Amino acid sequence: MEHIRTTKVEQVKLLDRFSTSNKSLTGTLYLTATHLLFIDSSQRETWILHHHIAAVEKLPLTTSGCPLVIQCKNFRIVHFVVPRERDCHDIYNSLLQLSRTAKYEELYAFSYNPKQNESEQVKGWQLIDLAEEYKRMGVPNDYWQLSDANRDYKICETYPRELYVPRTASKPIIVGSSKFRSKGRFPVLSYYHKNKEAAICRCSQPLSGFSARCLEDEHMLQAISKANPSNRYMYVMDTRPKLNAMANRAAGKGYENEDNYSNIRFQFVGIENIHVMRSSLQKLLEVSGTRGLSVNDFLSGLENSGWLRHIKAVLDAAVFLAKAIAVESASVLVHCSDGWDRTSQVCSLGALLLDSYYRTIKGFMVLIEKDWISFGHKFSDRCCQLDGDPKEISPVFTQFLESVWNLTEQFPQAFEYNEAFLLQIHEHVHSCQFGNFLGNCQKEREELKLKEKTYSLWPFLLSEQKKYQNPLYNPDFSPELTLLEPNTVSFNFKFWRNMYHQFDRSMHPRQSVFNLIMNTSEQNKQLEEDIKELEAKIKQRNGRSDVVLVKEQEQTAHPAPVALKSPPCFQKEQPPLPVNDAVRTIEGSNTADNRYSELVSEFSKAEPAVVSLEYGVARMTC
Amino acid sequence: MEFSELIKTATVEDVLLSRQGLPDVRGTLCITSHHLLLSSRPRGDLELWLLIRNVDAVEKRVCGSSGSITLRCKDLKVLQLEIPGTEECLNVASSIEALSSVDSVMMLYPFFHRPPSLRLRQGWHPCAPERLFQQLAAQTSRWRLSAVNRDFSACPSYPPAVIVPAAVADDTVAKAARFRQGGRFPVLSYFHAKNGTALLRSSQPLPGPKRRRCLEDEQLLGTVVAEGERGVIVDTRSAQAAKQARVSGGGTEPRSCYPRWQRLHRALERGRPLQESFARLVEACGEPAPSVERWLGRLESSRWLGHVKAALSTACLAAQCLDREGCSVLVHGAEGTDTTLLVTALAQLILQPACRTLEGFQALLEREWIQAGHPFQLRCARSAASPARGKREAPVFLLFLDCVWQLSRQFPFSLEFGEQLLLTLFDNAYASAYGTFLCNSEKERRLCRLRERTPSLWARLEQPEEKHKYLNPLYSHNPLPLWPCVQPQGIQLWHGFFLRWIRPCRHLDEAWEEMRRLVQGDKSSLEEGEGKGRAGPSPRLGHGTHAETGTGQGPGVGLG
Repeated sequence: MEHIRTTKVEQVKLLDRFSTSNKSLTGTLYLTATHLLFIDSSQRETWILHHHIAAVEKLPLTTSGCPLVIQCKNFRIVHFVVPRERDCHDIYNSLLQLSRTAKYEELYAFSYNPKQNESEQVKGWQLIDLAEEYKRMGVPNDYWQLSDANRDYKICETYPRELYVPRTASKPIIVGSSKFRSKGRFPVLSYYHKNKEAAICRCSQPLSGFSARCLEDEHMLQAISKANPSNRYMYVMDTRPKLNAMANRAAGKGYENEDNYSNIRFQFVGIENIHVMRSSLQKLLEVSGTRGLSVNDFLSGLENSGWLRHIKAVLDAAVFLAKAIAVESASVLVHCSDGWDRTSQVCSLGALLLDSYYRTIKGFMVLIEKDWISFGHKFSDRCCQLDGDPKEISPVFTQFLESVWNLTEQFPQAFEYNEAFLLQIHEHVHSCQFGNFLGNCQKEREELKLKEKTYSLWPFLLSEQKKYQNPLYNPDFSPELTLLEPNTVSFNFKFWRNMYHQFDRSMHPRQSVFNLIMNTSEQNKQLEEDIKELEAKIKQRNGRSDVVLVKEQEQTAHPAPVALKSPPCFQKEQPPLPVNDAVRTIEGSNTADNRYSELVSEFSKAEPAVVSLEYGVARMTC
Repeated sequence: MEFSELIKTATVEDVLLSRQGLPDVRGTLCITSHHLLLSSRPRGDLELWLLIRNVDAVEKRVCGSSGSITLRCKDLKVLQLEIPGTEECLNVASSIEALSSVDSVMMLYPFFHRPPSLRLRQGWHPCAPERLFQQLAAQTSRWRLSAVNRDFSACPSYPPAVIVPAAVADDTVAKAARFRQGGRFPVLSYFHAKNGTALLRSSQPLPGPKRRRCLEDEQLLGTVVAEGERGVIVDTRSAQAAKQARVSGGGTEPRSCYPRWQRLHRALERGRPLQESFARLVEACGEPAPSVERWLGRLESSRWLGHVKAALSTACLAAQCLDREGCSVLVHGAEGTDTTLLVTALAQLILQPACRTLEGFQALLEREWIQAGHPFQLRCARSAASPARGKREAPVFLLFLDCVWQLSRQFPFSLEFGEQLLLTLFDNAYASAYGTFLCNSEKERRLCRLRERTPSLWARLEQPEEKHKYLNPLYSHNPLPLWPCVQPQGIQLWHGFFLRWIRPCRHLDEAWEEMRRLVQGDKSSLEEGEGKGRAGPSPRLGHGTHAETGTGQGPGVGLG
C-alpha cells in the first residue's frame, strides 16, 4: 500500500483503442492494493490486475489531459486520459511499483482468499493427481518403472520427484546420463502410448561438445528403445534449428551423434528459441495495435512478425512426433536446449494429438500439470511474475495455447473445451491469483508452500466449467487412442483475434453462435428435465390407473422441444450463462441485436449502447 | 453453327479422371453439346457430369502415346483427365475449348435445359422496380414509377420501369439521362423509411472538359434533397480519377451546380485490376505447400481482402449517411453498373432487414444487380484461370458475395441464407443451366426472350428440396442495421469459396450438421440434411442418380 499515493481520480477518460473519432468514456479511476479499477458513468466496471500490467507509459501532455497507456499481459491495452498531470504522475509511479513484484510472497495468490476452508483447499490441490495419470497411461508396467532417483531433487532440481524410466535403466545409468545432460535433465517418460507400447520421452541437450561421449547416456537411450517391444529404432527429435544446435557445440553442449547411439534416428525440427519468439510476438502486437490499419499493412505485418510461421513449426513438430508413435510405433525422445520450453510444447501437443483424454477439460488440466508445471517450464521467468531479467520473458505457453486453438478450429467436435477455456487459462497463467503457475519448478513451489498458502486454479475452473464446454463436442469423434491428424498447410493458420483482441469488443463478431448453441442445448436439457418431472408428478398424483391422462399430458408436453427453435420465447426460464467477472466478457457482442441482447441481458449490460462507426463520416466535414 | 461441328471426338474409352481431394475415376468420356460426361467402367455405377460452360481454361500435355488435359473450371475446381491416344487427347481438348467459348447466348445450355420439375416462365419476377414501388407507395408520395424507359430509349441498360422523384416529369428525366454516361440517370435504389432518406444510383455526369451543365439533371437531384437538407454523393472513384474522367467527357457534379450535395470519394477497384487480384488470389490458394510467409505474402499481394474491406466500408459509409446523418445518398462511379451496384446493394443489406431473408435477398439481386444492368455476360465470361485475359471481365459480383459472406460471419443469425447460397449464386453467374444471369441488361434479355425460353434459377431455389440447403438454421429476424467491423482483423479470407475444392472440410461439415441438429432440436433434420451441400456430391457418387447437385449445373452429379 505504501506505493499508492492517489487512490481515486475523477473525470478520467477511457479512450476506445480503435476509434478514429476519439470516442471515450468518462469515469473514475481507483487504485487498490491488487487492482486498478475504472468505473464509467454508466457504472460499468473495468478491473485490471496489477500483475497483468506488462508496461505503463505516460504520453506527452495533451489539451484534454495527460494520457496514460497500460499494456497488459493478456493483450488488453487501455488508454486513459487523466485531467491533471500530477494525478497521472502519481498513478504512473504507483503502477510502476505495483506491477513489479520482487518477492513471491507479495503476489496476489498469497492474499487471494476464495472463502474456502482448509479441507477444500487441500482437496482442490488433490484434484489433479499425476500418479493417477501415469496409471491411466499404463505405467508402471513390464518396461517402465517409477524411479526414486530424484526423490530429493538430488539429480535434477528442475524435474519433479516422481519420474518414470525404463526398468533396465539402473541408478548409475541415470546418474551418469544426467551428468551428460544440460541442467541434469536426463531422458524420462512424458507419455506412454499403451496400444503402440511406444513412449514420448523428454530431456535436455547432451553435453557432447564436438566429440564427447557418455556411455551411460548411450545406455539410457538404448534402454528407452528396448522398452518398446514393437519397434527397434527410436527417434531423437532436436526441436531446435540445426544451426543453433551446432552453435551450442562450441559451448560444450550440442546434440546426439548418430554414430554413438545405436538405432536412433536423429531429426531436427527447427523451432526458434525464446528470444526469437519474444520479438516475434512484439512485432505481432505492434501490428495489431496500430490504428487505421490497411489490410495490406496488416497482412505484411503478420508476415514479417513470423508469428504464424512459429505456430506452424510447433504444430508440425507435434505432428511428426505423434505420427512416429501412431504410425511407426517408434518411441521418441524430444529435447531442445534445456528441455523446458520447446520440449514442453512438442511433448504436450504430441500427446494431445495421440490421446483424446487430453481433449477433455480435466485431461487438459492434467496435460498442463504434467508437461508444463511438473517438468519445470519456467512460468515465473517466462511470464515475468517477479521483476527479473526481461530476456527470460517469452510467450512459449501462449504458443502452446494458440496451437491448441488451431486444432479446435480444425476439429470443432474433438474438444470438450472451447476457446474461452484456453483464454481463461492464459489469463491465470499471468494473473498470479492461483498457485499453480507460480515459480519455475516443483522444488521451488514446495519451498514456497504453495499448497498451504495459495489455492489451485483447476477446481475454480471446474466449478464454472459450463462456460468452457464446447457444445459441439462429440466424445465419439475419435475413439480413445486414435490420432488426430491436423492439416498444417499454411492457410489453416489464422490470426487469433479473440486472443490478441480479446478486449477490443468492436472487432468481435456481433453475434455469437457459441452462445446461441450453448443456450439452446441448456434449454433443451432443462425442458427435458421439466417434462420428466411433470410426468413423474402426474404419475404420483393419479396413481397408475390414470394412464390416459399421462398420455394426454405427454402430448401437451412434447411440443415444447419443437418450440426451442426460437430461444427468445424462453427468456424467463433461461438461466444466462454465468459470467462473474465483468472484465472478461469475451462472448460475442450483441450490440446490434436487440433480441439477443435481451436474452443475454445479464452479461451484455456492460456493453456500449452504440456500435462504433468508423466508416469515414468523421472526416465528412469538408 | 452446329454443335456437332465443334465436337471432334465424341467418346473416348479408358479415361482416368483425378480431382482434388476425391478418389480417381476411370471410365468412358463423352462430350455432348453442353456437357462433359464420364461414366465409370467397368460397372458404370458412377456418372459424372460437367457443364462445359464451366470450363475456364484447358491445358493439354502430350506425353508418348497418351495425353493429359487439365480443366480449370470457373468455380475454381481443377480436373485432370488422362486420355490414351494423343490424337484423342488433342481432339477432346479442342472440342472443350470450342464448346466452352461459344459466343452466342442463344446457344447456351439454359435454352436447351428443361428440368422436369420446373415450368418455363415460373420464378421470373415481375419487373423488380415495380415491386419495390408497391411497398414504397404506402410510405411516401415523393417518388413515382416512371415509364420513361419503356422502350429502353432513355437508358438501354435500365429496366423499363424506374422510380424517380414525383416532382420531376418524364421529359426532364429523359433530358437528364443524356447528361449521364450510358443514359443512367439517377433513380431510386432504396427508400429508408425510418427517416425518409433515399439511396439513389446513377452513372457519372458528363460535364466533360468544357464543364457543361445540365439543368434537368440539377433539377432532378435538387428535388431529392429539400431546402435545408443535405445530400451526399458517394463517388466510387478517387478524386483524381474523377477529375481525369473529364478529359474523356465524364466528370463529377460540381458543388456550385449541386449546392445541397456534398461529394465524397471512396476509390473502389474495378475492371482489370480487380480481375487480376482475383486471379492472383486463386493462384496463391492453388500453391501446394507454401510457407506461412509465402502464403501471407501472396495473400497480401493479391490485395483481394483490401478490396473487400474497401467495398464494405464504402457501403457502410452510404448506409451511415442514410441512417445516422439523415442525408440522402447518390452513389455512382463511372459507368454505374459495377461498384455502384456493389455499394447500393450492400448498403441495403446493412440497413434493410427484409433483404436478409432468402426471398428478400433474391429480390435484392434481381433489382440491384440483374435488372439494374450489371453486365453479367461480359463480367463473368471468364473466371480466375482463363489465359485469355479480356478487358471486360471483373469479379465485382464475387466481391459482393464475399462482402455478404463477411456480414454472415459477423452476424451469424441475421441472414436467412448460408454460405451455400452464395456459392450457388457464384457458380450460376459464371456458368449456369438457368437463364437468370444471362445477358447484360433487361433489353438484351427481352430480345433473347429469356423468360419464355429458359428456366429461372429462382424457381429452382424455391423448390423445397433445394431450398432447405440454403437456409441458415440460426436465422432469426434482426430488425437493426448490421454494422460490420471493417478492421483488417475482422475481415477474413472466404475459405469456403477460395479453398472450396482444396481444403478438407469433412470435420467442419460434420460440426455444422451437429450445430443444425442442436439448434433445431430435431433429429429428423439429420436425414434430409445435406450439410452445407458443399460435400454434397460425394456421398451420392455411388448411386449414379440423376438428381441435380447443389451447383445446379445440369443433369447428373456435378464433377466435383
